[in-house]
Amino acid sequence: MKFKVNGTEVFASTGGRPFDKNKPLIIFVHGSGLTHMTWVLQTRYFAFHGYTVLALDMPGHGLSKGESLKSIEEMADWVSNVIDSVGYKEASLVGHSQGCLVTMECAARNPNKIKTLSLMGGAGAIPMNSELLSLAENNDPKAVDLMMDWAHGPAGHFGGHPVPGLYHINTGGMLAKSRTIKNTLGVDFRACDNYKNGFEAAKKIKIPTLSILATGDKMCPVKEGKKLADLIDGSKVEIIDNCGHMMLLEEADRVLKVLKNFILSNYPAKLN
Amino acid sequence: MTDKKNKGTDPKTYKFDTLSLHAGYQPHKNAGSRQVPIYQTTSYLFDDVDHAAALFNLERGGHIYSRISNPTVAVLEERVASLEGGTAALATSSGMSAIFLTIMTLCEAGDHLVVSSQLYGGTVNLFRLTLPKFGIKCTFVKPRDTEGFKKAIQKNTKGIFGELVGNPGNELMNMPEISKIAHDAGIPLIVDATYQTPYLCKPFEHGADIVVHSLTKWMAGHGSSMAGILVEGGKFDWMQNDKFPTMTTPYEGYHGLSFAEEFGPTAFTMKARAEGMRDFGPCLSPQNAWNVLQGIETLSVRMKKHCSNAEEMVKYLLGHESVAWVSHPSVPDHPDHELAKKLLPNGRGSMIAFGIKGGKDAGVAFINNVKLASHLANVGDTRTLVIHPASGTHSQMDEATLKFAGLSHDMIRLSVGIEDIDDIKNDFEVGFRAARKPRLVSNQ
Repeated sequence: MKFKVNGTEVFASTGGRPFDKNKPLIIFVHGSGLTHMTWVLQTRYFAFHGYTVLALDMPGHGLSKGESLKSIEEMADWVSNVIDSVGYKEASLVGHSQGCLVTMECAARNPNKIKTLSLMGGAGAIPMNSELLSLAENNDPKAVDLMMDWAHGPAGHFGGHPVPGLYHINTGGMLAKSRTIKNTLGVDFRACDNYKNGFEAAKKIKIPTLSILATGDKMCPVKEGKKLADLIDGSKVEIIDNCGHMMLLEEADRVLKVLKNFILSNYPAKLN
Repeated sequence: MTDKKNKGTDPKTYKFDTLSLHAGYQPHKNAGSRQVPIYQTTSYLFDDVDHAAALFNLERGGHIYSRISNPTVAVLEERVASLEGGTAALATSSGMSAIFLTIMTLCEAGDHLVVSSQLYGGTVNLFRLTLPKFGIKCTFVKPRDTEGFKKAIQKNTKGIFGELVGNPGNELMNMPEISKIAHDAGIPLIVDATYQTPYLCKPFEHGADIVVHSLTKWMAGHGSSMAGILVEGGKFDWMQNDKFPTMTTPYEGYHGLSFAEEFGPTAFTMKARAEGMRDFGPCLSPQNAWNVLQGIETLSVRMKKHCSNAEEMVKYLLGHESVAWVSHPSVPDHPDHELAKKLLPNGRGSMIAFGIKGGKDAGVAFINNVKLASHLANVGDTRTLVIHPASGTHSQMDEATLKFAGLSHDMIRLSVGIEDIDDIKNDFEVGFRAARKPRLVSNQ
């Protein structure tokens, strides 16, 4: 659906169900340079099981208008504004990669508004490889190719997509190339590189939090994810083996199972 | 996002020959079986009612019924998508069903297509006679008439379709130029790349949006199994205009799903499977999928030999007294020679058309007397194949259509196999000797 935040049109997938303000809201925030489509194997489940879902396209990404936001802090405030804009007072947040930094910062800034936090492939800081950052800022498609290489584990490289017929690396690459690379990936990578408040934000979070990490994640390794999780009171950690950074697609069913158990326990929907 | 080990490197994603052997499959998820298992089953157990509902609602991936998807077939689909540089693929029971499913996913009654005139005869009949029964009309344009494709586009045109190298005349479409024409009009370019395989050409790199193959031919390669596939490039923006409402507006058949919004770069394939396979059902058998996978494992090895044998045969035919003309993109005076160098850098393919002196009677005598070359209605076998199109593959076309498609009665279509080249030439000598006899008689 389309709506406005700070006067600019935003697109968010509702997971194939109509937007319904009477159901609890879950917001999904994508990673660097990507779009709402990375969440398709999680969002549709929740949308069909008693939740209102918004898988956002961040400003300047996917089908959303405007320019990409330049810092994680701005993105965090923007996500908070999304909740206000659609007429909700609270929401549960799910983030992937850069989306983890955004949702974590948002939760730290809005302790009463955010009810649960689910982080996939997250870390307290995501310093960028300088070559990758430079390629992205110079609009070089090689940045996307490198990201797809490093972000995928065996399922991405060999195949075996949970949805028959889809090929991970080319699909991810096409998502990341759907808008001008320097304006999406370049800006996002710089925002990640500049963000230094992750560990401080983590210490402020007092809501139920889940970290889903993957043993083959080269971009946000398990040890970095655990370091972050250790700073969040009562944080739960789930580790997916034989999987890369794109766990939400590579091992979509296992990720959904873990996410489902966590959200249903901590932010239950009233099923009709 | 640190990756110290990979600093200053190129991506380590697998390359063509490796993907031909491995893409789409992980042994550890299949009892360690090194070879892809043949899932000879119609249907798949649901964990519970919720799991069943989730699969039917496209909430999660997985298999329901082998008409819609099958694990062995899915390996083939991913493998071909990876080789083509596509986002997704959908395998079908034949190349013709891949074309039909593509058109039925793209068009509705009242729509129009611009189509290259030089196509396999069965495809011509689909566009000329069968699709109009569904309310879909077509305008045919000669493959080299690039401007003609532009002029033929109407308000209700939903796509341009053609074979990159036309069957059987070997005329090339200028794919980069024609894709630009299509995209300026906000419609996709659909390319049948059966003759090329992704080893010779990756149409997505030259502007195509959807690629179709008869996998029966070089991809499977051994003349054993029928199969087809449609592959999606993922770049075409279905939401750029209001021409494709079934892609961009809520679809009643899946609880109001908008395929373009939900699946973006894989939307076309998702719709073709969810709607087309469900409603038309031209599914590929797992056994045939496995046979095609066997063929793809050696695709690059075979294609190199096909192409080198074809170039030898071109030289042989050009120098032969019984041959009136030879059409193959490797011939320097072929009108598309330069374009072929650009679009087919790994080889110009193994399809040759040539004219035999003495016309139709000589052609019939040639075909009836070769022994090694097989006279049959197929191409892309490991074995050398010949046919006389005017009396075979294109015999259902009337005289005017034959002429418009660039077919003549003296034309022999040759699909060069990977036998020893000397044996193919020796066999042709027998055919040519027989072809000369009726002329000698008539000259007396």
